[in-house]
Amino acid sequence: MPPLTGRRLAVSIGALLLALLLSVAICASIGSSRYTLLDLVRLSVDEETARAMILRVRLPRILMAALAGAALGASGAVFQAVLRNPLADPYILGVSGGAALGAFAATALGLSAIAPILPVRETAAFLGAIATVAILFLLSSARGRPVSHPMLLIGVIMNTVYLALILLIETVVEFSRLHGVRLWMIGTIPIEDYGLIAALSVVLFLGVVGLALHGRDLNLMSAGEEAARSLGVTVERTRVVTVVLASLITAAVVSVAGPIGFVGLIVPHAARLLFGPDHRLLVPASAVIGAIFLIAADTVSRSVMAPTEIPVGVVTALCGGPFFLWLYRRRAGGGYFQ
Amino acid sequence: MTRSGGPASAPASGPILAARNVLFRHQGATVPLFDGLNLDVQPGEFMVIIGPNGSGKTTLLKLLSGVHAPQGGEVILKTRPIRAIPPRERARSVAVVFQEARILFDFTVLEVALMGRAPHLGAWRLERTSDFESARAALREMDLTAQENAHLEELSSGERQRALIARALAQEPRVLLMDEPTAFLDLKHRLQIHEILVRLNRDRGLTVVTTSHDLNLAGRYGSRLVLLDRGRLAADGPPADVLTPALIMQVYETEARIVRDSESGVPYVVPIAPAR
Repeated sequence: MPPLTGRRLAVSIGALLLALLLSVAICASIGSSRYTLLDLVRLSVDEETARAMILRVRLPRILMAALAGAALGASGAVFQAVLRNPLADPYILGVSGGAALGAFAATALGLSAIAPILPVRETAAFLGAIATVAILFLLSSARGRPVSHPMLLIGVIMNTVYLALILLIETVVEFSRLHGVRLWMIGTIPIEDYGLIAALSVVLFLGVVGLALHGRDLNLMSAGEEAARSLGVTVERTRVVTVVLASLITAAVVSVAGPIGFVGLIVPHAARLLFGPDHRLLVPASAVIGAIFLIAADTVSRSVMAPTEIPVGVVTALCGGPFFLWLYRRRAGGGYFQ
Repeated sequence: MTRSGGPASAPASGPILAARNVLFRHQGATVPLFDGLNLDVQPGEFMVIIGPNGSGKTTLLKLLSGVHAPQGGEVILKTRPIRAIPPRERARSVAVVFQEARILFDFTVLEVALMGRAPHLGAWRLERTSDFESARAALREMDLTAQENAHLEELSSGERQRALIARALAQEPRVLLMDEPTAFLDLKHRLQIHEILVRLNRDRGLTVVTTSHDLNLAGRYGSRLVLLDRGRLAADGPPADVLTPALIMQVYETEARIVRDSESGVPYVVPIAPAR
């Protein structure tokens, strides 16, 4: 892989965005009703129905999937670098679970009804995510420095506790308000209105750009905390800023789509194979590849058993679980756990 | 190339790095490791810090590099307290190669060397042509030009250590600090890395400070040895003054004989038996 230059950065991101557009177009033409994008321009009898189907149903869902995939892909890449652990991912670490608990609690306890205009649910999700990261750092650090090995174990415990709490709330609170909780808990892409999609897009765009701008510092932190310090990185500040941004974009999508698993694990590894490990390119590349991956996964989830839908989290977990095991086996001997 | 005796160049403008009354206690430790430590590093020297396990060699190196903060006293870089210098500015003067230098992810040799340019770049800027030039010059100096596209994992231990020195050189520092530069290397590569350090020290006037467990390498290559004994300076001076049977017995609790190489006059330590 040649080293990063402005030209390579621009060409790579340009190519990725083209691939993203292409996958949006292809997946907008796939579905249980056999309308394709061509029906939008072809003057057929069904034009109105096709338009409604594609623009009101498929496209918002595809865009939502793209946003969720982008957030999880980029934050996965960042967590892997900051925690110095290639098996890190917002789902495995419990960050998504914390966000899910926050969002769920806000809904179940009726907090959102108090101030419908404010993003109460999203804020609660963010607090849940940030609290999880804080616990991870506190419990897994030796002499103030994070150690990667116990981190995954702590993530497993946190996820179990979060699930228990969510089920507890579900049991206590009247069920009618919480319709669809189980589906949401494994991750489902909802059909949202364009206003929410636009707002999320802005948050995610700023978040991913902010993270990519810390790419060089993330590279240096891959060389070890002390090496990064000696090369002029203010490690604490970089760690806090990147972890907060990654948690923010994770929480933003989890509060809408639920904790979708393993996207943040698979995508950065794929991006590294294609574009190399330089985080200035890896972070935006993981965002776009994450978007493409989740659009594809969601298309599978809504069409493979059509008209029955399976939650997208089922698809990603069925891809991601084996991938994790394969990576663990491959990397355990390769020095990642020394 | 062997040297013994005093500093290579006379200190015209005072020490380049100085520990002043440094107090340092490891987290959770009851007794401080360093209490009132003073040490001057003169520009152009090749200083080797020696001492038994736990004597504080690595910690001293980290304090001198500004990576660790002392709890009392201060480390001065030329004229300013090193912790008061912005990290990126500090990294343009002081380069460090740590011992546990495993790099996560598959960066290439050239990418690793380019990391040394980070303190010279504006925030959020990509490397310019001139940065590629100095990274490649550092790789040439370390004889790694042919491997610039290889991944770090594919290199031998000696080559990997040279790649990390190349990263340090790309920083264009005044001082190079290295923790146990050849701990995991075989004889040939130990000598090779030390010859490189001597060359940088002599030809570029780079001030070099290393730590070492190998008294004979230290005596052969260092212009000045600093012997640490549980955080205290037990001896400080040219190798012939520091490598003595009495000091080795006192600090290493080992009986030893010192012989001199008939050609170079370099003192060699022949360990005989641990003290009872």
